[in-house]
Amino acid sequence: MWDWSFALEILPTLASAAIITIEATLIGFVIAALLGLALALVRIAIPWTAWPISVLVELIRSTPLLIQIFFLYFVFPKFGVVLDAFTAGVIAIGLHYAAYCSEVYRAGFDNIPRGQWEASIALNLPQWATFRDIIIPQVIPPIVPALGNYLVALFKETPLLSAIAVLELMQTAKIIGSDTFRYTEPMTLVGLFFLVMSLVSAALIRILERLLNRRTPR
Amino acid sequence: MGIRTLVGMLVAALAVIGLLATQTSYSLFLPGLLQGALLTIEIAVLGSVLAVVMGVLAALARLYGAAPLRWLATVYVEIFRGTSALVQLFWLFFVLPQFGLLMDAFTVAVLALGLNVGAYGSEVVRGAILAVAPGQWEASIALNMSRAQMLRRIILPQAFVAMIPPWGNLFIELLKSTALVSLITLTDLAFKAQQMNQSTLKTVPIFTLVLLIYLVMSLAITIGMRFLEQRASAGLSRGRAA
Repeated sequence: MWDWSFALEILPTLASAAIITIEATLIGFVIAALLGLALALVRIAIPWTAWPISVLVELIRSTPLLIQIFFLYFVFPKFGVVLDAFTAGVIAIGLHYAAYCSEVYRAGFDNIPRGQWEASIALNLPQWATFRDIIIPQVIPPIVPALGNYLVALFKETPLLSAIAVLELMQTAKIIGSDTFRYTEPMTLVGLFFLVMSLVSAALIRILERLLNRRTPR
Repeated sequence: MGIRTLVGMLVAALAVIGLLATQTSYSLFLPGLLQGALLTIEIAVLGSVLAVVMGVLAALARLYGAAPLRWLATVYVEIFRGTSALVQLFWLFFVLPQFGLLMDAFTVAVLALGLNVGAYGSEVVRGAILAVAPGQWEASIALNMSRAQMLRRIILPQAFVAMIPPWGNLFIELLKSTALVSLITLTDLAFKAQQMNQSTLKTVPIFTLVLLIYLVMSLAITIGMRFLEQRASAGLSRGRAA
């Protein structure tokens, strides 16, 4: 049932595909973290945008990521923007998780005592400086664990990219399977890879959480 | 979001679908998509039932089970939370037959999604049980209740209220994950969309309709769970006011 020599043989191929998976995860998360922050900031800075943004966030969160990936991949070319599968997929993942992250940031902003804003106004700080020097440094540390959880969730969604034929881990495993008619080893190895990475990152997040709590006593 | 806004969004989404259906370029695809949506709903409902059963069983096993049972439940939760839903789906679909266990795609879909969400659900159930105030436990012990009585009469009814909102989120996650089953040959909403897209290349109308249909289903779940929450928390001093 389980052939060790076959498993060893496909390991290098899978390892190089794992790099694509990790790349997609990191780029996707950078988009999600920055865009999510931007959404949360715009919501606070320009009050009338609060309603449209919350509807947009709700729209993105209540529809499947797979459909959003297809949508971006197939619809962009209609408007003359041709994106390769990797770019379209990573943008879709980034947008999807930006919606989730923006809610995390929003909770972070809501947790800042009102006095901090009032003191900034009293000190005549411009809005930009208030955000950059006063508010954001206090917002980020408490929400790092929540963002970290979304990083892991995003990582686990990257196999969806195989649906638009990005040569990441899942797609590579499928190709190996259909070439050799042996699915047991590639699929199990992919599963193990995700399991190990998730457990390791969960442990890292816990350590990071402890470090941050030490720096910012409550 | 308030329940009013949610209902408003639901009505708006239905209105947009109705409006689009008056145009032939859209109405052409609607019957096929709705047929796919039916399968999506079937999988989502069966998957949710399995997820709740697995979630409760795994949580009780982890809290009160004997050591081997507790260990088994922990392994289940870690494995299904640690790998992606798609990997689990493919593993059940492609690898199990090689061990001689043949299941049709529908069974695999319900199993994979139910087990996946059940693993997350077990943490919700466990958290809700542990969050019941210590005084409630102590009072039940003082009244000489057996553990089963204590759970059934005192703890679980209170934990149930706390579980409703997170379960609502999980049901939406499950609904969204049903799109994955299109990749193991099931003709659900996502599959129909792709099939029609490939044969007609009318990407914008097809995917707009599909997104709207998923939105309607998600909103229906959210609104339904809000009502359930209001009903369940009526008369309780804790939790969101009814």
